[in-house]
Amino acid sequence: MMPIPRFWREIKQRYKGIGSVCKNCEKMYFPPRKICPECRRESFQNMEPVELDGRGEVVTYTEIHEPHTEFDKHSPYIMAIVEMKEGVRLTGHLVNVDLEDVESGMKVEATMRKLGEESRDGMIYYGYKFWPVDE
Amino acid sequence: MKPKEEVGIKGYAGYVPKYRIKPKDIGEVWGEDGEVMGRGLKIESKSVPAPDEDVVTISTQAAKWAMQRADIDSDEIDAIYVGSESHPYAVKPTATIVAASLAATPHLTAADYEFACKAGTAAFQTCMGLVSSGMITNGIAIGADTSQGAPGDALEYSTAAGGAAYIIGAGDLLAKLKHTCSYTTDTPDFWRREGKKYPEHGGRFTGKPAYFKHVTNCTNKLFEETGKGPEDFDYAVFHQPNGKFPRKAAKKIGFSQEQIEPGLLVTRIGNTYSGAVPLGLAATLDQADPGDNILVTGYGSGAGSDSFDIEVTKNIKKIKDHKVPTIKEIISEEEFISYSIYAKFREKISAGGE
Ligand SMILES: [Zn+2]
Repeated sequence: MMPIPRFWREIKQRYKGIGSVCKNCEKMYFPPRKICPECRRESFQNMEPVELDGRGEVVTYTEIHEPHTEFDKHSPYIMAIVEMKEGVRLTGHLVNVDLEDVESGMKVEATMRKLGEESRDGMIYYGYKFWPVDE
Repeated sequence: MKPKEEVGIKGYAGYVPKYRIKPKDIGEVWGEDGEVMGRGLKIESKSVPAPDEDVVTISTQAAKWAMQRADIDSDEIDAIYVGSESHPYAVKPTATIVAASLAATPHLTAADYEFACKAGTAAFQTCMGLVSSGMITNGIAIGADTSQGAPGDALEYSTAAGGAAYIIGAGDLLAKLKHTCSYTTDTPDFWRREGKKYPEHGGRFTGKPAYFKHVTNCTNKLFEETGKGPEDFDYAVFHQPNGKFPRKAAKKIGFSQEQIEPGLLVTRIGNTYSGAVPLGLAATLDQADPGDNILVTGYGSGAGSDSFDIEVTKNIKKIKDHKVPTIKEIISEEEFISYSIYAKFREKISAGGE
């Protein structure tokens, strides 16, 4: 599992989906970047944090049967690549849905869940997963 | 306790995990007739959290929806109080994680409350005081739990998971919190010592001198202070550790089955502890009309009750605009699981022996 300082630094993007947008070319990035790889120098100090709306749709998905031990209570579980309304793509678990009901293009929304824990005595890691929504 | 200035509910929402287990399936494992137990408790099924759900995730989802209904931004939240007896950490406030997940940090006050099943209504009272005194604009009061009974204990048939969040503020209210009062004693009906996973309870001591005494006395005190009686309320919501207690208390105080029915969720989802009264009130608000009056009395072991006199405003009609699911919609999504899946989810099988 990741060390605590790194998790803590990334709390904003994990909990709320905070990305960054290049004010030069309007391109959005998640995770947030300090420099836009396309505009490079022109984007320096010109990147602004932007909060993702949390809604998107499934691009691809797969069911994982032999998970990493920290997820073994959830096995099997579904991982998906989700294209957010803002155009960026995120990878995350799909919850509250069975594999046979998942399809590409399915509308989903981010919801906060436990991602894992350091150990039985350690820190609990929270972050977004996705669940299906109507419309 | 009457607020100095008008204060009330600007938004609310609840969340209940979708997994359910039936008393019959719990009883089978322990060689008991679970169906008889369930009938006795008037519980048909209870909710079970997924392994990745806890009080933080339940509180966050409910608060997010409540904010949508209140139509307020995260920087308008000045206080968050989370009432629970199953906070994920013994030391490290749930409220800090919920606040961060709502992007309401850092300029707000936050704390966790504990008072068995009435920690959520205690959070209501704190927010009422802070708002009506003018110290804050909006506060979030949350009651949520993922409680557990020891394997084989009678509590295992009822302990469930769920919660609800309320945005308490002034102006544009969905419902006015007109009056509140409390009744508190030192009663050893139920407890859990620090470091222990499961609670202990005083057996027969839990009914008459605990639940009924506090709920009845607190409600009657509210009647006395407001000059109202059961006939002045359209609905009533009582704490519901099982299906029997709230029905019996309601009858004793003078409420009809019709008045308590909309807020009685225990039969389908079990006892959600700190979440029970907030969820019951949410379900009642879901179907209330402008001008309706709602009486609420919570109960927490140890012991105490909080009562509230609530009046629904015409704004209640607007909540349908905000695509937030009703309690009925949330609890109708259910997936039944076996005891072995339940034990895996709830970590009742301990590999290391703890
Ligand atoms: Zn750029």
